[in-house]
Amino acid sequence: MSFELSLKGRARIFGDDVNTDYIISSRRKRDAKDEQEMTRFLFEDIDPAIAASLKPEDIIVAGKNFGCGSAMEVAVTVPRAAGIRAIVAKSFARTFYRNAINNGLLPVIADTHGIKEGEPIEITVTQASTFVVLGDGRIPAQGVPAELVSIFIEGGLVSYLAKHRGFAAIG
Amino acid sequence: MENRKGRTITEKILGAHAGRGVRAGEFAIVSVDQLLGTDGSAPMAIDLFDAMGFKAVHEGSRIAFSCDHYAPATSARIAALHEKMRRFAEANGIALFRVGEGIGHQRMIEDGRIRPGTIVAGADSHCVTYGALNAFGVGIGASDLAGAMATGKIWLKVPHTLRIVLTGKLTPPAQAKDIILELLRRLRADGADYLALEFSGDGIASLGLEERIVIANMATEAGAKAALFAFDEITRSFLGERSVADCSPVAPDTQAHYIDTLTIELAKITPRLALPHHVDAVVPVGEAAGRPVDMVFIGTCTGGRACDIRDALAVIRKAGRIAPGVELVITPASRAELELLIADGSLGELTALGAVLTTPGCGACCGTSGAIPRDGATVISTGNRNFKGRMGAPKAEIFLASPAACGAAAATGRISEPSAVSPNGRIA
Repeated sequence: MSFELSLKGRARIFGDDVNTDYIISSRRKRDAKDEQEMTRFLFEDIDPAIAASLKPEDIIVAGKNFGCGSAMEVAVTVPRAAGIRAIVAKSFARTFYRNAINNGLLPVIADTHGIKEGEPIEITVTQASTFVVLGDGRIPAQGVPAELVSIFIEGGLVSYLAKHRGFAAIG
Repeated sequence: MENRKGRTITEKILGAHAGRGVRAGEFAIVSVDQLLGTDGSAPMAIDLFDAMGFKAVHEGSRIAFSCDHYAPATSARIAALHEKMRRFAEANGIALFRVGEGIGHQRMIEDGRIRPGTIVAGADSHCVTYGALNAFGVGIGASDLAGAMATGKIWLKVPHTLRIVLTGKLTPPAQAKDIILELLRRLRADGADYLALEFSGDGIASLGLEERIVIANMATEAGAKAALFAFDEITRSFLGERSVADCSPVAPDTQAHYIDTLTIELAKITPRLALPHHVDAVVPVGEAAGRPVDMVFIGTCTGGRACDIRDALAVIRKAGRIAPGVELVITPASRAELELLIADGSLGELTALGAVLTTPGCGACCGTSGAIPRDGATVISTGNRNFKGRMGAPKAEIFLASPAACGAAAATGRISEPSAVSPNGRIA
């Protein structure tokens, strides 16, 4: 199965090993009543000013091992609640990656070192390939694995299982 | 396509649960033998289960919920989440580990829910712990947990395997924690991303099951998807004591394909610690020696068992005191572990010295319950993560070390070598 998608946005640059507590702190998860309330604490332990500056059209651009640490799914659902649709990173921690797929947040693996804060970028997913458009150039990228596209395009695992009632459609 | 003849432990376990032979790199839908949800994930999973439109779980006897991240409840809102878990568990025949029973991972092992050759998935990253018992323990998200409660299955990619060969034996005062810290130094925080680790070598025989648990537990700090130990008589006897008789251990084929092999000589391991704020910033204890410490935390699914607390106490006992100004926080991994400490007098000795005892559970590890340090505090912990803000104070500095090294810090008030503690807490 394949799908096509094009997302344009402003690059927001993060470093290596951004762990789930840096995305949203466990103590905010304990105290906040819902994900919308938590959005104002996004990335606060890196810089408390980031959350207020995040815009729904922003694309998170990071180094290696994005989302390491806890398996907590709010690390994906709170950025989603803030309107973030995609994250481009050199690599992802595995639990973050599966939570992203399971929530319809696009995880793109690409060499992000040349992308600068605030730069306009575009993620293009076609039947043949995925790439990140930056100025006049294109960075080759890995999008959603073919086996998981059916979950991703349903918007995530909840919608997928609500519809299919099991995994028979995947294998 | 290379011609691979043998299979890893991971390929064998996952294949047996996919109903077909699988190889690293393939996606598979696998059945799950046991599932764990914590109060950090189960409430969300219950909502998502409802949103999927399912009415009953696939098999309640294969599911357990633990009230451990917020134990005891830190607010009326959290108490209501615990009640929500209790109701769902009761309605669906799910085991509930209530507040005070301990950390879910410890309770799963105590209850004999972890058997060799099985898949145990849980909405908590430290499910890799179960690899110590030759089980494929894997962390998943709350959506996965909801889906698995409903269908009994999860999706996954069969990971490639990195073989870790342990040789020889540790020299005291080095401990199992020092082995995994050394491995983290070598692998770095992403060195095992998407990989399974398989531990083998003659060094395994020198490690008790509880030591293997420490190593498997923290493999997730290098990104590992699972961390499996070979099965041996030590595993069999540990399981026997927990009424697990039907063991189907899984060994790798001799021609199994590993993406790499890394060897650790245990005799060369010395006490070490992870510096703030990175699990892989690992140095010998001596490099930070002398730094004053405000809080010492002995607890967590990594280092909160009775043996860990006794190891810390043994060093503190040499000094005969807890250094003035140091808050020593003891959080046993479970009630059963707490009772062991009561039975042998260790707990009374610690509290008489001034230690603070908190409810068995995750405690201060992720800043959600237990003792939270002040901003600017220096903390040394037997736990698994030292990220900025991890223990609830954004400006605390957290060092990770062995129980013996944490005991030395409690005794002397400074980061010090466990071997350097002498009467009255002086550093020899």
